[in-house]
Amino acid sequence: MIGRRWWTPWMWMTPALALVSVFLVYPSLDTLRRSLLDERSKAFVGLDNYRFIVENPQPLVADTHQALLTNALWLVVFTGLTVPFGLLLAVLTGRLRYEAASKSAIFIPMAVSFVAASVIWRFMLDFNPDIGTFNAIVTRVGGDPVAWLQDTGLGPVGGIGPLQLNNLMLMLIGVWMWTGFALVVLSAGLKGISSEVIEAARVDGATERQILFRIIIPILRPTIIVVTTTLLIYAMKIFDLVWVTTGGRFGTDVVSTLFFKQAFINRDFGVGAALAFILLAAVVPLMAISVRRFQAEEERA
Amino acid sequence: MTTTRSASSGHRVTWWQRLPLHAVVIAVVVLWSIPTLGLLVSSFREPSAIASSGWWQAFTHPDQLTLANYERVLGEQGMGRAFVNSLLITVPATVLVILVAAHAAYALAWMRFPARGLIFLVIVGLLVVPLETTLIPVLRLFSHTTIERELPLLGGNVFGTASYTGMWLAHAGYGLPFAVFLLRNFFVSLPRDLVEAAHLDGASDLQVFWRVILPLSLPAIAALAIFQFLWVWNDLLIALVLLGDPTLAPMTLKITNLVSSFGTSYQVLTAAAFLSMALPLVVFFAFQRFFVQGMLAGAVKG
Repeated sequence: MIGRRWWTPWMWMTPALALVSVFLVYPSLDTLRRSLLDERSKAFVGLDNYRFIVENPQPLVADTHQALLTNALWLVVFTGLTVPFGLLLAVLTGRLRYEAASKSAIFIPMAVSFVAASVIWRFMLDFNPDIGTFNAIVTRVGGDPVAWLQDTGLGPVGGIGPLQLNNLMLMLIGVWMWTGFALVVLSAGLKGISSEVIEAARVDGATERQILFRIIIPILRPTIIVVTTTLLIYAMKIFDLVWVTTGGRFGTDVVSTLFFKQAFINRDFGVGAALAFILLAAVVPLMAISVRRFQAEEERA
Repeated sequence: MTTTRSASSGHRVTWWQRLPLHAVVIAVVVLWSIPTLGLLVSSFREPSAIASSGWWQAFTHPDQLTLANYERVLGEQGMGRAFVNSLLITVPATVLVILVAAHAAYALAWMRFPARGLIFLVIVGLLVVPLETTLIPVLRLFSHTTIERELPLLGGNVFGTASYTGMWLAHAGYGLPFAVFLLRNFFVSLPRDLVEAAHLDGASDLQVFWRVILPLSLPAIAALAIFQFLWVWNDLLIALVLLGDPTLAPMTLKITNLVSSFGTSYQVLTAAAFLSMALPLVVFFAFQRFFVQGMLAGAVKG
């Protein structure tokens, strides 16, 4: 190897370290500090901002409980649908000659912005059955048009907390966008399973169901974890889709949209920063999982 | 494939036994494509037709098709300028992140120094920091460091909330953890002999970097470029918070404003949305292979 000065590597890394420090490290620490200050970031208020979020004193201005619960529902429903659906499609398309074409069609929405997706779906879900495809189908089979994006109930029953029709529709839009991601990553993992293993199981008389649950899923476990962690992180931070589709109205606010309203519309940096810090605290366990997985990979290499 | 495999295990699968499989996959593909197709078709229909009949009726009334929506959106709605703005933000932000990340990744992959592992680990950890956590301080920083002099050629201030430079740096900062992660892992996998041979021939680090490492890393750089391009092009949140000057607004921001001011006048929205999708779709179809590689590299970003 060549002789280098001790500072050579640091020179190569300086631009990157500077950018990361200015845009990620320093702001995260500063947000923690501001979350302990008042709305103008002047006076120290201790944990008052966090207390505001827990006690939810102004549900009409900023319904913190609804936002936290809706975000939790996103984690469960969005991730819970996207991963199994992507896995199922990966197994199914893997057996087809037109595998590549069908996969591209399903992951096109990944290339589209949340903003464009939201326009697409406002259009699909429009109340007017002459415009909205969903309501055209509903009225064609004899039903009444449904206000998909405004309805806070669930059919004949009222919504239970965040479990509202409009929230579920927003999550379905998320599933539409992200199934392609789960499909492509899982199907690459699937290609890594040797066909002899599956063939041997088939010879031994295993059913397709047993092959899926006893062989494919256990072998794919690390890939499934990667996909799930990625989707959980996205669900945690979901913003654009909700912001453009409903603006957080009708009980669809999530932590990010509420953060935006508090910090940049209501100009309350204290509660805004506290919400943002809660978001960071919530992803730390996922960060720990990613770092551990990464370290394990490094040791194997 | 399955047919032959199953044949060897004793029972032949005929095409009609696989009919449910075809049916399910084709149904999903159709369901997945209909929303985008509906948008595309509608963007070419006359406003009166959009408001009074479903997009599928365009197939029976081809006389109602028009380019007027696009003319209107590009002209009076200023979407042409927004398209250019999106490019002016996205291209430099993508080039910047690749250059900065590649240098750091080279040091992390090929130089020995104390704390190397720790620094890389911290960068991997930063992958998941939510943008939201950083926005208040970054906005404060931008408004305190505004340089109100016009940037030559591009318009916008030299720095601050009404500048492209601020957007470039912010997008580069947010994209770096993923970029360093991807490139460093790729660099490490390159053959060590090649680098050592180049050094023995008297090549400096810069020469090795530009003449050996970068040419060999084109697939990884392509994957990174596509991802960064799509992230920046499709971003709304950063533009919404950090870009104070509406004349510099990218397409995502412009469309969001159209949604709030026009509500349901779909002749404007559909054409605008499709314009914003056109370039990403071209990029996607042209570089699908690299796109998938980028995804497989562990597409986790803040």
